[in-house]
Amino acid sequence: MKQSNRIKAMVKEEQEESSNRPDNTAFTQQRLPAWQPILSASIVIPMFVLIGAAFIGVGVALFITSRDIQLQELDYTGDDSEHPCFKCRTNTEKCTCSMTFSIPTLFKGPVFFYYGLTNYFQNQRKYGASKDDNQLYGDLNYFTSPSTDCDPYTRDSKNMPIVPCGALANSMFNDTFTLSHTVNGVQKIVPLDGKGIAWWTDYNIKYRNPSITPLINAFNGTKKPTNWPKPIYELDTTDVYNNGFINQDFLVWMRRAALPDFRKLYRRITHDDYAAGLPAGNYTLTIAYNYPVHSFNGKKKVVLSNVSWMGGKNDFLGIAYIVVGSMCVVMSIVMLIVYARFKFGEDD
Amino acid sequence: MLRRRLNRLFGGDEGRVHSRTIYVGHKSCPPNEAYIPPKFCDNRIVSSKYTVWNFLPKNLFEQFRRIANFYFLIIFLVQVIVDTPTSPVTSGLPLFFVITVTAVKQGYEDWLRHKADREVNEYRVSVLEDGRRIRKMSAKIKVGDIVEVEEDETFPCDLILLQSSRDDGTCFVTTASLDGESNHKTHYTVADLESDLQYLSATIECEQPQPDLYKFVGRMHIYRNSQEPDVRSLGPENLLLKGANLKNTQKICGVAVYTGMETKMALNYQGKSQKRSAVEKSINAFLLVYLFILVSKALVCTTLKYVWQSKHDETWYNEKTQKEKETNQYLKMFTDFLSFMVLFNFIIPVSMYVTVEMQKFLGSFFITWDKDFFDPEIQEGALVNTSDLNEELGQVEYIFTDKTGTLTQNNMEFIECCIDGFQYKHGDGSSELDGFCVTDGPVNKIQQKAGREREELFLRALCLCHTVQVKESTKQRQDQNDQFDQIDQVDGLGLDHGFLDPPQKEMGFIASSPDEIALVKGAMRYGFTFLGLESKNMKILNRNKDVETYELLHVLNFDPVRRRMSVMVRSKTGDILLFCKGADSSIFPQVRQEEVERIRMHVERNATEGYRTLCVAYKHLSAQEYARADADLREARLALQDREEKLMAVYNRVETDMILIGATAVEDQLQDEAAQTMEALQGAGMKVWVLTGDKMETAKSTCYACGLFKKNTELLELTLRTLEDGGRSREERLHDLLLEYHKKAVQDAPPVKLGITRSWSVAGHDYGFIIDGASLSMVLSSSSEPNSRRYKNLFLQICQNCTSVLCCRMAPLQKAQIVKLVKNSKGNPITLSIGDGANDVSMILEAHVGIGIKGKEGRQAVKNSDYAIPKLKHLKKLLLAHGHLYYVRIAHLVQYFFYKNLCFILPQFLYQFFCGYSQQPLYDAAYLTMYNICFTSMPILAYSLLEQHICIEVLLEHSTLYRDIAKNAMLRWKLFLYWTALGIFHGLVFFFGVRFLFSNPALQDNGQVFGNWSYGTIVFTVLVFTVTLKLALDTRHWTWINHFVIWGSLAFYVFFSFFWGGIIWPFLKHQRLYFVFANMLSSVSAWLVIILLILLSLLPEILLVVLRKPRGPHARQMKHRLPSSGTSTIFMLSQTASTHSFSWSD
Repeated sequence: MKQSNRIKAMVKEEQEESSNRPDNTAFTQQRLPAWQPILSASIVIPMFVLIGAAFIGVGVALFITSRDIQLQELDYTGDDSEHPCFKCRTNTEKCTCSMTFSIPTLFKGPVFFYYGLTNYFQNQRKYGASKDDNQLYGDLNYFTSPSTDCDPYTRDSKNMPIVPCGALANSMFNDTFTLSHTVNGVQKIVPLDGKGIAWWTDYNIKYRNPSITPLINAFNGTKKPTNWPKPIYELDTTDVYNNGFINQDFLVWMRRAALPDFRKLYRRITHDDYAAGLPAGNYTLTIAYNYPVHSFNGKKKVVLSNVSWMGGKNDFLGIAYIVVGSMCVVMSIVMLIVYARFKFGEDD
Repeated sequence: MLRRRLNRLFGGDEGRVHSRTIYVGHKSCPPNEAYIPPKFCDNRIVSSKYTVWNFLPKNLFEQFRRIANFYFLIIFLVQVIVDTPTSPVTSGLPLFFVITVTAVKQGYEDWLRHKADREVNEYRVSVLEDGRRIRKMSAKIKVGDIVEVEEDETFPCDLILLQSSRDDGTCFVTTASLDGESNHKTHYTVADLESDLQYLSATIECEQPQPDLYKFVGRMHIYRNSQEPDVRSLGPENLLLKGANLKNTQKICGVAVYTGMETKMALNYQGKSQKRSAVEKSINAFLLVYLFILVSKALVCTTLKYVWQSKHDETWYNEKTQKEKETNQYLKMFTDFLSFMVLFNFIIPVSMYVTVEMQKFLGSFFITWDKDFFDPEIQEGALVNTSDLNEELGQVEYIFTDKTGTLTQNNMEFIECCIDGFQYKHGDGSSELDGFCVTDGPVNKIQQKAGREREELFLRALCLCHTVQVKESTKQRQDQNDQFDQIDQVDGLGLDHGFLDPPQKEMGFIASSPDEIALVKGAMRYGFTFLGLESKNMKILNRNKDVETYELLHVLNFDPVRRRMSVMVRSKTGDILLFCKGADSSIFPQVRQEEVERIRMHVERNATEGYRTLCVAYKHLSAQEYARADADLREARLALQDREEKLMAVYNRVETDMILIGATAVEDQLQDEAAQTMEALQGAGMKVWVLTGDKMETAKSTCYACGLFKKNTELLELTLRTLEDGGRSREERLHDLLLEYHKKAVQDAPPVKLGITRSWSVAGHDYGFIIDGASLSMVLSSSSEPNSRRYKNLFLQICQNCTSVLCCRMAPLQKAQIVKLVKNSKGNPITLSIGDGANDVSMILEAHVGIGIKGKEGRQAVKNSDYAIPKLKHLKKLLLAHGHLYYVRIAHLVQYFFYKNLCFILPQFLYQFFCGYSQQPLYDAAYLTMYNICFTSMPILAYSLLEQHICIEVLLEHSTLYRDIAKNAMLRWKLFLYWTALGIFHGLVFFFGVRFLFSNPALQDNGQVFGNWSYGTIVFTVLVFTVTLKLALDTRHWTWINHFVIWGSLAFYVFFSFFWGGIIWPFLKHQRLYFVFANMLSSVSAWLVIILLILLSLLPEILLVVLRKPRGPHARQMKHRLPSSGTSTIFMLSQTASTHSFSWSD
């Protein structure tokens, strides 16, 4: 096959005959110095006890932390005819409903205001891919010719390009909430902070408005998404840094949830009197009910929660740590027994 | 070309098909006839496979012929055509990488081949045309050209030697590049040719090209002045092969007979058949399982998708496009199925093939590098011809070994001789020799001696009857009288003659077989020295220091069928003598019977002592007898067809009615550590069969010496001797014997419990089986078909129950037959053949693993072997250490690869249940692509190259460890299921661990939530760390490389994730992972869940490692101390035999 090579190799071999003694290095002789760990019971049992103790410790800490997190969940879907939002369920017009609730003790701040949806598959592949990152990066070239990924939300019925295109943007959550605190019979609006609810990098780098002022000029010849009541450059007319693609509500929506039951951050309560938390008392939540969910049996809810160093309330981690920690301890005991038997057997 | 084919088609004349006619110098012969130049291929050598133009298509075609590559190509094409979840890049990139690397490698190899071809083809050679010397390119040589070659040059094509610059019409060549033999070989010119080749008018008729290097038959017709043409026979001794080198000869001229791709060299290098290892078969089986898993996953998902869709109508937020609505439902289902296939295709990783191949290729270097395999005598180490079978070395169950040169050194020493029934034993003191040989001859004083006449005749016979050459050296024959101070060299091997003074004189012998040299040297000790052959005259220096000259008339060459060789010489006085030597069985029938008995006794005694015996006979030929023999021989040599049969017939006719003069005994020493090696191999559970062409007695004694047969071994013999006992027909006797042995060895033997066979408990039921070639052929080809199958089975069963089997008097093909028989027997045991000579090639090729010993009988065995080692003793380390380690490494590699891809893809599968079966990938495309290429590939590669779960010394010391991995123990279905279960467990832990964490996706202390890519990244991080740490747990041998690679790939993963998420990549459509990893690390919960899940996954593993029976060397050593303490107990027992109260305690 490789005859010519072979001849050469032979010739070479002849020439190097004296020097073809293999190298006597540790590597070639497979004698590299090596650490040969043996997981003997005498190492593993104390190790397991230690790990188990540490895990139980962490688990208890997590569990207590999680337990201390306060949570107020309000389902406002209005499936129940008694529910104040029932009337809005099928109403296609603008509809407002309000719910009252009371907080028995101080709800420690900062309090985070989440909205939650269930049975909403934001993680579907086609839905998730249905956006044009170049548009969202402020590239005007893609305003007039959006990516076909956005189909069927690329152009409207008059074949005008939609900005921002795609199913993801089109389905943006558009219920709005106001929270008021009843102080001495007077409704006092709790100021909600819409800043800092999206990832810093999304807000500052990943999404960008076109560098045209006023912003509206950039959107000449484009249409707003069909489901939106107002175009993107009017999302927040009060704050130029919260408008257009860098509107934080928009950013939060655009970061797709991992699971069909999810919650997203809506606002933070960090201002004025409520910086330390929501004082005990009665509160009214007023909902501008726009977002239809009953067609897919979804639920909408509002969640008020404070967070700890581990994030929101989540009992799973604490319990899991305690369980795994206890398993380690139990295992070490089992091992001790087995090892003792085994060792005695050996000694016999 | 076309014309030739047409000729063949229309049954052109017979001669054309069987032979070719060559016109020397392209001259018409006889001169008046019209000369039609025959068509032959030119002398261009094409070893390259590709050209610039066909490289791409041809190479791609060949690569995609491999099932795995084809599979990935299909996946890639599906991704391109169908709208699939992952971009074509994810599978295209690895495939492209693999294909490119292979193509570049093959392209480079082919470029080297092109270069080498060009070098060979454009090499300038001298061609004589019309008396002028013309330089032309080697490629342009045509059949019939007269080519001139100078010293040290390589022959450009196969030439018939016409003229040599040496006076005696010979030339010397080395064929190192053809068969590896580096000794000089003599070739002869065609006799009586014109001195000026310009006027030579001749044709050569010879056979069509065939690959056998040592066979050539041809005939040359020389036309002189319109006379009847002279006819000369041509044999291999006249043929100079392409690739050989001219040595010791200034220049030669030859006529080209075979050119280019028709030369014997080119015909010989047409690749061997591929051997596949058992591990590869296991891989393929596992692959099928995974393919099944893959398809069923895709099916399940597709089905569920449509079930789900029937419940969940199209949602308002995710409407279908117009095109989707219009597409046929079934077509959509099909494309969905394909999409799922693509999504899960990573379960069968393209990188596994690359890693396995790399492991094999790089791993084989450790064999060539091993300095324990280096033999200072031949200055060479081990050689690996194929790296595909490394792991097979750890699975060997049967070893078939050659005797001569393998178990023994093939280093012959003359021990004694017997002349006329009197024994002549040579004392070993060399000084003694000096005193004796001149005056008294080699007579053992105590014993009687034969007549001086006979003695000298015998020694002359030894000196004449051989094909030994005297090696010429620069200081040639300076001092002829000092013959006792000669150094004898066998292929550069100085023999130990303590009193020699090397610088004085250099003289050595070259022969095809070391026996002959031993005999010539034996004769030398007794005062007769062979001085060499000069132009057909053999010179001998006799005891009286006179030079005797004999004219060499004919050599009747040795062949394995006749098992003897003869020479015919004419002495000074004109007597014509025939000397013959050969195996006893082939000489005795040819001599007068009266002397036989006395000598037979000696021969048999010598044979049982393990010596190789030869008998020597002679006869006087009268002038008429000689004339007839001479004529017959010449005629037979000229025959073009059946030349060998004809020659054999003449030989047999001449070699009759001889007079037996004596016998010789030559010792073939055992190889170093042969007995220890055999013991270790048997201890490792391997069965050793000796297959030899030698006599039964000799082979038997070698077996005893090697410890294959022990004192208490009961030998079951099935040879011609036992068959002829009892006075019945052989067939019947064969039947009876087989049944009897079967009863003894198989039925009466207690059932051997597998696995508990302990090497020290073999006493009692130890059988050895001996069979010879003739009996074997009776067993294998019994007259009736059902009988033959039954005999075969009986034979196999007997053999499998014997500890050792000896097959003697085997022809090379029979050796292969036996190997094949065992190979295909029940359970398909893995066989290994080891041998050193050309006669072992067939069995080396037949066995699963073929091992060549770099011995003295040329390089044939080495060339055809899979591995070559210098000495038999190296086999122990090769199998027990290297084989064992390679097997463990590759088995673990395979299992681990399947495991890590199962737990890689399982979470992605599970995620489908949570994303509406929408083929949403869990991991980012970069992770999908890099997982097998970068993040987890290096640690397993390092492991599979460096792991020593038990260190080499312990493996060598305790050969029983080899049994632990016998029968593909690490790739059984049970273990495969264990690994699969582990993979599933890990996959479940990864996915659901994170799933529960994400029940509240607000995982950061600033209240922000994580999305789906964070989910996937957490799972992926846990995955990478777990599979890497799982390997770390399995690693028993941590070198710095392991540390570097394991911690390095984890660090690389972290670094890469930062890097990948840290930049807005302009070429990406979606910046999915932008800062996802960094954000993940900023969450304490993510950290905690990662740590938790890694530990949870590894917990059972750690528990298993601890609770499993200790496998470390300590435990083994402890176990092994038991028998020794046992023997000491026995010793104590014998000491205290009177105390009856002594009880066994264990």
